[in-house]
Amino acid sequence: MLKIRNLDSGYGRLKVLRKVSMHIAPGEIVTIIGANGAGKTTLLNTIAGLLRAREGEIIFDNRDISRLPAEKVVFLGCSLVPEGRQVFASMTVKENLLLGGYIRQRRERKGAMKAGIEKVYGLFPILMEREKQLAGTLSGGEQQMLAIGRSLMAQPRLVMMDEPSMGLAPLIVKNIFSIIVRLREEGNTVLLVEQNAKASLAIADRGYVLETGRIVLQGTSEELLMNKDVQRAYLGRDLDVEMKI
Amino acid sequence: MNIDLFFQYIVAGVTYGAIYAVVAIGFNIIYNATGIINFAQGEFVMLGGMTAVTLHHFLPLYAAIIAAVVITTAVGGLIEILFIRWLRRPSVLRVIIITIGLSIIIREAAMHIWGEGVRALPYFTGTSVTSVRLGGVFISPQVLWVAGITALMVAALNIFFGHTLTGRQMRACSANQQAARLCGVNAGNMVTLSFMLSAAIGALGGCIVSPITYVQYDSGTPLAIKGFTVAILGGLGNSFAAVAAGLVLGILESFSIWVLPAAYKDVVSISVLLIILFLRPSGIFGSAETARLKEF
Repeated sequence: MLKIRNLDSGYGRLKVLRKVSMHIAPGEIVTIIGANGAGKTTLLNTIAGLLRAREGEIIFDNRDISRLPAEKVVFLGCSLVPEGRQVFASMTVKENLLLGGYIRQRRERKGAMKAGIEKVYGLFPILMEREKQLAGTLSGGEQQMLAIGRSLMAQPRLVMMDEPSMGLAPLIVKNIFSIIVRLREEGNTVLLVEQNAKASLAIADRGYVLETGRIVLQGTSEELLMNKDVQRAYLGRDLDVEMKI
Repeated sequence: MNIDLFFQYIVAGVTYGAIYAVVAIGFNIIYNATGIINFAQGEFVMLGGMTAVTLHHFLPLYAAIIAAVVITTAVGGLIEILFIRWLRRPSVLRVIIITIGLSIIIREAAMHIWGEGVRALPYFTGTSVTSVRLGGVFISPQVLWVAGITALMVAALNIFFGHTLTGRQMRACSANQQAARLCGVNAGNMVTLSFMLSAAIGALGGCIVSPITYVQYDSGTPLAIKGFTVAILGGLGNSFAAVAAGLVLGILESFSIWVLPAAYKDVVSISVLLIILFLRPSGIFGSAETARLKEF
């Protein structure tokens, strides 16, 4: 579904990503883990078209999207839930969802919008209760739900999520991760970027480890969970030390 | 002061207040779509009025007004495309300075095209001495035109921004441009559209008031100051509040003539602007809560 080859990207003179290659097959949950500043957000923003790729290619459904702007990429069925939610704070919850469904309204008949909103309310019932509230007045968890709901309104085939657990209480994180699993069950493909490596590897099929702009490791979630380096760096465990004890 | 004079002052205040409101709405539209203040807004009003006066030599009044609005709309769009669009992530301050520069250019260009003479469209119905009796006061029918068209414009804009997808997209661009792009909104086009829309509204405003207030190459600047005062007074981004604040300022000004020499009229609006900025920068109708969600 998504294939990235030798991707270079960055801001101005600063080169953040170096020769990144990865792929995602339909129906997978793939996670990218890495420390702060490893380039995870840069990678997602480049795929989504907010940043322009310097080198390399991003193939989405057999089409190179590496030079397309964000507003075109979303039309092809690749949606980003941005870091820090970025809901439209001064607009109501419902208006946020309607805006998310804009590309669908252009493609389909009118009823599609309503059906889409019902579906999002099905996933996140709290949003229905808050329908008329300004998005800026929601709690962090609710805003994250709204950001996910808004991206789903576009009926994407690939949903990319940037740190959905950031700054949220553990219980809410659990709730949001269970929604991600549910999305996959409904046939979506998910690319999940997380600092919370343990939680994201628990639900993902495969993972990539990003370190200072390079993919240093990849494999199935089980492989990564058992990998000593991953455990030491991202899971807070040191098997070598544990063995000695 | 007898009661009839009192009402005459009110009527004069409402007339000026309506045009201030129109300019303030123009500020609000661009602010709502982009989060920036376009200080060339007053020039749109002047351009609309001047163009309509010129076109009225060849065209009937209604056609001249429509054509003037269309031309000013095109100028507004062109300004955005030529001077704003290619800037990558401009700071708010930079755009403000650009628009101030543009207002100076437009003003000087207008002086070269039309000279320094004072012009006006004819009264839409009747002449300058026709009046309608409403209760105890005599009102020029033009005042009713101004009030009516302003009310229609506000209603139409409210429907546009609150209930149409394009209007919501413009607000989304203002709230968070990056997120709007992720929703498939072409942010660049929305900014152009907002400049066109506010130019159109300014031009229409310039046409409807020109029989009463006259229009001249430099009549845009004072209007921009008053309009800005009103926009701040009402709370940036809120069209209904802009009308209310416009009427407040217009009436204040008109009563100020009663106590102060007429030359001090502008002192009133600038004092109001300063007091509001010191005491209640979110405006009298804006809530502190939504102000916190705005860019500035």
